[in-house]
Amino acid sequence: MANKINIFKHFLLLFVLLFTSLSVLAYEPQEKDYKSEATPAENHDKHEQKSDKFNAGELIIGHITDAHDWHIAGEGEHSISLPLPVILYSSQRGLSIFLSNKFEHGHKTYNGYKLEKNHIVAVDEMEQVDAHHSTVNEEVTNGLWDISITKNVLAMFVSFGLMLWMFITAAKMYKRNPGQAPKGMQGLLEPLIIFVRDDIAKSAIGEKRYHKYMPFLLTVFFFIWINNLLGLIPIIPGGANVTGNIAIGMVLAAVVFIITVVTANKHYWQHIFAMPGVPIGVLVLLTPIEIFGMFLKPFVLMIRLFANMLAGHIIALSFFSLIFIFAEMNTGLGWGVGVFSVAFTIFMGMLELLVCFLQAYVFTLLAAMYFGSAIDEGHDKHNPHDDHDHDRNF
Amino acid sequence: MELVKPEFGLIFWMCISFGIILLILKKFAWKPILNMLHEREASIQNALDAAEKAKEEMKALQSNNEKILADARNERDQLLKDAREIREKMISEAKGIATKEGERLLTIARENIQNEKMAAITELKNQVATLSIEIAEKILKSELSSDEKQKTLVNTLLKDVNLN
Repeated sequence: MANKINIFKHFLLLFVLLFTSLSVLAYEPQEKDYKSEATPAENHDKHEQKSDKFNAGELIIGHITDAHDWHIAGEGEHSISLPLPVILYSSQRGLSIFLSNKFEHGHKTYNGYKLEKNHIVAVDEMEQVDAHHSTVNEEVTNGLWDISITKNVLAMFVSFGLMLWMFITAAKMYKRNPGQAPKGMQGLLEPLIIFVRDDIAKSAIGEKRYHKYMPFLLTVFFFIWINNLLGLIPIIPGGANVTGNIAIGMVLAAVVFIITVVTANKHYWQHIFAMPGVPIGVLVLLTPIEIFGMFLKPFVLMIRLFANMLAGHIIALSFFSLIFIFAEMNTGLGWGVGVFSVAFTIFMGMLELLVCFLQAYVFTLLAAMYFGSAIDEGHDKHNPHDDHDHDRNF
Repeated sequence: MELVKPEFGLIFWMCISFGIILLILKKFAWKPILNMLHEREASIQNALDAAEKAKEEMKALQSNNEKILADARNERDQLLKDAREIREKMISEAKGIATKEGERLLTIARENIQNEKMAAITELKNQVATLSIEIAEKILKSELSSDEKQKTLVNTLLKDVNLN
């Protein structure tokens, strides 16, 4: 035991030294001096030169945001990436569908569009020209509907395909040998399905009425979990930040909100608009809060999922970026930091595995609780053993 | 800022594909899986209940067996007891009969003895009488054998007579 503590101390010391000594190395003289009067062409050159230097922020943002192509390997102009279909619709120009590699990483325009900071904007030039010399057409850009199959959309489709395969396979096995012990895919999924049913749906909604929410809860649980796990895999078709994208969280939260509102009973609305047993004066204050809370609950669901998954991706990428930041100062240092970065990334990866499951669980559980509160009949005075009087404090 | 701005394209595809997958999975996966799970749980519960019932029955059967065994034992004891009683009764009855018979025989014997005795006494009396007469005859013959003696006797007798 003492030996272990000793090793840990040394490790910590080395780590502290490593980070404090770096500040010295950070004051390397800047070789490049910037010309104040640069021509557009020179500006472009400067841009190229600048991109030689490693930029961690750009890398991280590039990885966690959506993209019109799926980056596989390499850097800059020589990178290998999977081009994805771009689907655009504008009332002036109609529908236009083409592959994203026509943009040549944002250097060329195509069909009157160009790629600017991951976003497609319309330009005046309809023929293919250099994107850096094109003029943006604000009017068309504002009315542009971009429903391209982006990286996240494709990753989402992959996860949906995976889910269809997994669950339909499992369902077939259930049909083929009814009443038998689960095997294979069935055995993998059954504990999770039972977990969602017993520990989430039954406990939060109640034995009697959980049935109708089961399809949504199961789908949402496995969608989040599988996408979270796919997000941890660094190679295609994993690595996309699907659940850490606010749009995905927004749709899921909106569905939760809609289901809550649609299935809500009289009791729920009464509690929102006129809490029983509360005097009018307090109601004036309470009702706006309750109405606000009705929207806030799904909003919090969205933010929680988004922030947690995004943070996981950012941490992993930050650790790897450290390696290259230090390697740029000194190759040996890069290798040294690499050891720690990999160790920490493994640690974080383990934690992320837990977080992946936890976020899926938390989202599903809270959604189930909102459904449960929406159909709660209130406490029956004649029945002290209310179905779910123990879980109302969440 | 780009991070927290939801993109239309992604929302669009998410809504469509999530809706579709929800319907497909609901129909082809969740319904059959949940139904099967429910069925299996019900069958397991039934099996458990049946086992419990069988156990109860077994227990009842066992206690029944014990009861039968106890009954049999009681019956055996009863039979033994009865047999013993009967034996004792028979013995005592036999004894009673034997005693009575003995008594009866004794009485008869006694009566016979009495009768025989009476007969013997009677015969003896007769014999004695006969002998007495014979003796008396002989005495008389001897007493009256001579005149003198007859005179003496008459005198003796006359002496006793009081002529009043």
